[in-house]
Amino acid sequence: MEQENTTSWWRKAIQSGVIGGIIAILAGLIGMIESFHARDIIAGRISMGETLLLLIVIGFAYSSSRNEQLPISTRVTSGVITGVVTSLMIVLFLMLGAAVNLRSIFVNASPALYKILTLEIANTSLAYIAIIVIGAVVSLAASLVHAATPFWKRIISSGFAIVLLLALLQDLIRISLTPFPFITSVLSWMFGRRGQEGLSILGAIVVFLIVAGAIYNDAKNGAARRARREALPEAAKRTRRWVNWGLLGLFLLIWPQIAGPVLSDVTNSVGLYILMGLGLNIVVGYAGLLDLGYVAFYALGAFTMGVLTTTGGEIFFDVRWTFWEALPFAVIVAVLAGIMLGIPVLKIRGDYLAIITLGFGEIIRIMFLSDFLKPYFGGSFGIVSIASPTIGGIVLDSPQTLYYVILAACFVALFVAHRLRDSRIGRAWKAIREDEDVAQAMGINLTATKLLAFATGAAFGGLSGAIFAAKLSTVYPHSFTLITSINVLALIIVGGMGSLPGVIVGGLLLAGLPELLREFSEYRLLIFGILLIVMMLNKPEGFVPEAVHKREFHEDENLSHAAGG
Amino acid sequence: MRQRFLNRINFTDIALGIIGAALVGLIVIGSFKTLAEGNYTTRQWLDFVVFGIAQGSIYALIALGYTLVYGILRMINFAHSEVFMAGSFTAYFAAVSMAKSGFLESNTIIAVLILFAIAMFTSTAIGVLVERVAYRPLRRAPRLVPLITAIGASFVLQYTFKGLYGDQFKAYPEIDTLKGSYTWGDINITKVQVVVILSAAFLMLLLYLYVQFTKTGKAMRAVAEDKDVAALMGIDVDAIIVRTFALGAALAGAAGILYAITFRQVNFFMGFIPGIKAFTAAVLGGIGNIPGAMLGGIFLGLFESIGPILFLDGLNVPAPYQLKDVIAFSMLVLVLLFRPSGILGERLSRTKA
Repeated sequence: MEQENTTSWWRKAIQSGVIGGIIAILAGLIGMIESFHARDIIAGRISMGETLLLLIVIGFAYSSSRNEQLPISTRVTSGVITGVVTSLMIVLFLMLGAAVNLRSIFVNASPALYKILTLEIANTSLAYIAIIVIGAVVSLAASLVHAATPFWKRIISSGFAIVLLLALLQDLIRISLTPFPFITSVLSWMFGRRGQEGLSILGAIVVFLIVAGAIYNDAKNGAARRARREALPEAAKRTRRWVNWGLLGLFLLIWPQIAGPVLSDVTNSVGLYILMGLGLNIVVGYAGLLDLGYVAFYALGAFTMGVLTTTGGEIFFDVRWTFWEALPFAVIVAVLAGIMLGIPVLKIRGDYLAIITLGFGEIIRIMFLSDFLKPYFGGSFGIVSIASPTIGGIVLDSPQTLYYVILAACFVALFVAHRLRDSRIGRAWKAIREDEDVAQAMGINLTATKLLAFATGAAFGGLSGAIFAAKLSTVYPHSFTLITSINVLALIIVGGMGSLPGVIVGGLLLAGLPELLREFSEYRLLIFGILLIVMMLNKPEGFVPEAVHKREFHEDENLSHAAGG
Repeated sequence: MRQRFLNRINFTDIALGIIGAALVGLIVIGSFKTLAEGNYTTRQWLDFVVFGIAQGSIYALIALGYTLVYGILRMINFAHSEVFMAGSFTAYFAAVSMAKSGFLESNTIIAVLILFAIAMFTSTAIGVLVERVAYRPLRRAPRLVPLITAIGASFVLQYTFKGLYGDQFKAYPEIDTLKGSYTWGDINITKVQVVVILSAAFLMLLLYLYVQFTKTGKAMRAVAEDKDVAALMGIDVDAIIVRTFALGAALAGAAGILYAITFRQVNFFMGFIPGIKAFTAAVLGGIGNIPGAMLGGIFLGLFESIGPILFLDGLNVPAPYQLKDVIAFSMLVLVLLFRPSGILGERLSRTKA
């Protein structure tokens, strides 16, 4: 084993360099680099597109200097080899692109892409040398940090990560600071000049130093501080917790006033996704029933709201109820559909269940779209002028006011999901998830338990759909494709299946970020796909794992812990 | 005795019975009414049948990919529909350039063979790549995990190809040599349909012979039976799995060309619906069963082309053809409910299903 490692490390390094190069070229050919180039990370200097390329080089150099059995010098060399090979691949691609017109096949092999890749240097041979030099330097730095300085590794990488995040989210930060002109003026040096995106150089350096300092401090003194906090009396800890929750609650209440209409609208979409995520989390996360047709319940909730609060399609169901009158019916229709889907698929497991539910979602969408049901649901034109909710004569039709309806719904759903988790039913769901046959042998009624999971999940989906209809005031069948189901699934998987904080984190990351970063939205599903694969390969329990899952994935530590205590 | 019998019937069975009876009733009434009204001539019905067989043989080719992989790994290769798309979409560029130079008209057979080669090669490469990246590291993981990576891989492929080739529908060039049709009595069959049916039949025969009579085929069957024992017998299981993926992917690539010359349109999203249909076909025939996938494909194709008119037209449903996908999906649900083993499949034990 040892022998093999020492003889073939350079081959592995070249291999991962080639893969890195292919990925970098692919990122260019699918247009990612060009469209990310439009956003600056450091105002006027480094764009998101260039950062993406650098990240690819860094990532592959980092992973090829990973083998801890090798001496440090070998690890660094192997990282540099990888980086150089990656840059060489890019140079080869540029040479090919100069010789052949790739654009007749690859629509994104545009002059703009070549311009970005050659670093806007007009002299080609100079540009090629520059690319290779940059690749070598960056990979040298990355593998040095990785191999030689384990203590600084975390500090430096988190520093860069926070700078990147801050630069990406600067729209959000700027908008939410507008009500506080004082802070804005104090922080103005941090960002690029007016009209520019990204951080200023000074801002980036200061942020990096602050974050690095904080993490350095935490690494030195964090353990002692945590111990001190642990030692506080129980009453003080409880007050602290309450204060924290109170501050969070206050923040949530005043958020739309800070955020303004555009950000509130984004928040509302995130809220609806979280609501759906909470529902699907019950079906997939608690009960382990993979449902790919979850969007059907969302669609049913939305269309029920549409039909009941308007004059419907061509045939008049002239009810024209208010939002609040129609809301329970939207939920009930979704629950009934959940049970109706649940009954036939009770006996079906795993992969088949996924396909059948996917088929169910498509059936519902095609039915709403068809001429057959057009008189009732308006076919592809959908239903328009759906009522907005009113409270005491105030019409909640702006994003800033509708926010409170969604917030309330999220809280109700969160409360229900939280209380269900450790209840008798919740434990039955988990038992089914782990092993259906054993659960049945333990006296769990599979029929009732599974149907309850489908029904509860569907109820949240229907609620979310009903609010969605009121939010847009129109519903079209085209809003309810498989892609929505996949988005919700990705959200709960990234957060951690079965974990409630995970749903919220997943919702913020996967529903919120793409809305804020318009360059991302085109590649949203590509990135989600990559995320699903990467999460499953490396971190199947999710970012905020549920306690049980965490225990499963870290069994050894717990065993030693139990033995010690 | 009677009491014991009553005890054995549970709520689920009753509910399923009612659903099944209602659907069968609907189908019978619908068909009866349509036939009684007699709006369609024999010739039209025969057209539907021919179209159904041609469509079905494309489904069958794709279904073989699902079935081969399922037989060996007991998992649904969700990304298979994208493997199908990749071949067809990539070959489009060759088709266009050959059409421009006139080669497609002057040497149609060679040109189409070149298209087949390109599509099959691309699909095979993609299929093997997906196996390597998304499935192989997860061989021992819980079953939900590879399923989720498969969904992920499917989206990555779709949107990578969207990024590479653009998001418009692209029209495949029309081949003049394949225009026109043959007629025997009431049966009318276009040249394209002849090509589709014959090449699908040829490929399926080839696959059958390969699996039955070559050493690799024998090894595949052994791995499908029991991976661990096969490994003990000196079979390189990973290599066999890769070959299985390659085989299924190559067939999907060929199906992609047949689909393209039939519908003459490609797009990055084109794999989704045929993919689910082919999966349905595989389940219909009994998943894991090679002749079953062929039969299931043809059967589904027929059902889908005749079904909407036969079942729904008599019930005065407007534009019944819009609901053909609903019929195919309902078919999937019904098969899984009442005969999960499919037409030819062995009885799956509960743990397998």
